[in-house]
Amino acid sequence: MEITRRRLLVLLPAAAVAWKYVLAGTPEASPNYKLTEHWWSMLIDIPKCIGCGSCVRACAEENDVPDSFYRTWIERYHVADWRIERPEVESPDGGKQGFPPNEIGGKNFFVPKLCNHCVDSPCTQVCPVGATFVTPDGVVLVDKTYCLGCRYCIQACPYGCRFINPKTKTAEKCSLCYHRITKGLTTACCEVCPTGARQLADLKNPKDPIHEFLRTHNVQILKPHMATGAKVFYNGMDGSVR
Amino acid sequence: MFKDIEHLIRLAVVILVLLAIFLVLRVAVVPRSFGEYGHYRGAAIAEAAARPVAFAGHDVCEACHTDVVEQKKQGKHVVVPCEACHGALAKHADDPASVTPAKLDTAVVCARCHEANSAKPKGFPQVVTADHSDGIACDTCHQPHRPKIETAPSETKKTETKTRTEGKN
Repeated sequence: MEITRRRLLVLLPAAAVAWKYVLAGTPEASPNYKLTEHWWSMLIDIPKCIGCGSCVRACAEENDVPDSFYRTWIERYHVADWRIERPEVESPDGGKQGFPPNEIGGKNFFVPKLCNHCVDSPCTQVCPVGATFVTPDGVVLVDKTYCLGCRYCIQACPYGCRFINPKTKTAEKCSLCYHRITKGLTTACCEVCPTGARQLADLKNPKDPIHEFLRTHNVQILKPHMATGAKVFYNGMDGSVR
Repeated sequence: MFKDIEHLIRLAVVILVLLAIFLVLRVAVVPRSFGEYGHYRGAAIAEAAARPVAFAGHDVCEACHTDVVEQKKQGKHVVVPCEACHGALAKHADDPASVTPAKLDTAVVCARCHEANSAKPKGFPQVVTADHSDGIACDTCHQPHRPKIETAPSETKKTETKTRTEGKN
């Protein structure tokens, strides 16, 4: 659309109204959001994670996740001596209530997990009805009005990020808080993380600090050999993490 | 040569009718926005984006609670977002008068992060709450928004030193 002077005059009040919604924090729609201008990912800084479970609780509250199901969860790794191929991993209630104290030797650390929002996601490729898809801004979503509940995607996800919601009987997973990020907010898990261990990143935004971080740190993704194009980047990840 | 083709015409008519029924049904059944961006319902993107939020975000909190912002700036808890402890409060942000946040139990909230655990980063301040405070509420000595104890009676000073050493183990 060509912007003439007349059109600009019409657009300005509309933009002002939209900005008011952005400032209000809880807008109903996101009129300024352009799908093609974003490419969402997440950065997880493992040395900063304290395993408090705030992200898991916030996710459950924000997205109405049923008990004992998790869109994001925290794993506690225990690696004894040199045995990095045999880590002991536990995640009581997904880490929702934190972790019981353990005074043990060896290497111990927390790993938060969530949907990796893969570019070549195995889950969207197996869906027989087109109920799950990668959006033009790089988020893997589930259309629950279209999902049959056939569970193919749950088997296909190599990261175990999907489950069937017992209420709706449809597949569910992390939506990267799509209703928040399209309104200019960060995800619920990133919002509440007290140490900044989780950070939402927009790879298409040249001003996003993620670019500098990826250049200057040793960052990994989970299961790179699966060629999923995972977009959740882990900093300081031990070789034992699966 | 094409004398007896009547049965073929009848067959063709049947096929055409079935094709027409199929096309009509397809238009009726397939959602309008299917295929807008790819092999899925394009409207699903807008539906996913339209849900209301539960967490307001710390920018919204800070717009009103400027006193707390100033307090937090003086201590290490400046990096801790409001809703990490206070919980989801978008409803309070929308209607501050009628929705008021619940009072927090520091024994629970502080311990979530600061209870000692061998998997926590070594530099992170950790205490074994049972030894550290002996059941006394954390906010008896610590101001949660600015947790470091500065001018305190000798008794609480001891506790502070304890926290420091345990944090560095």
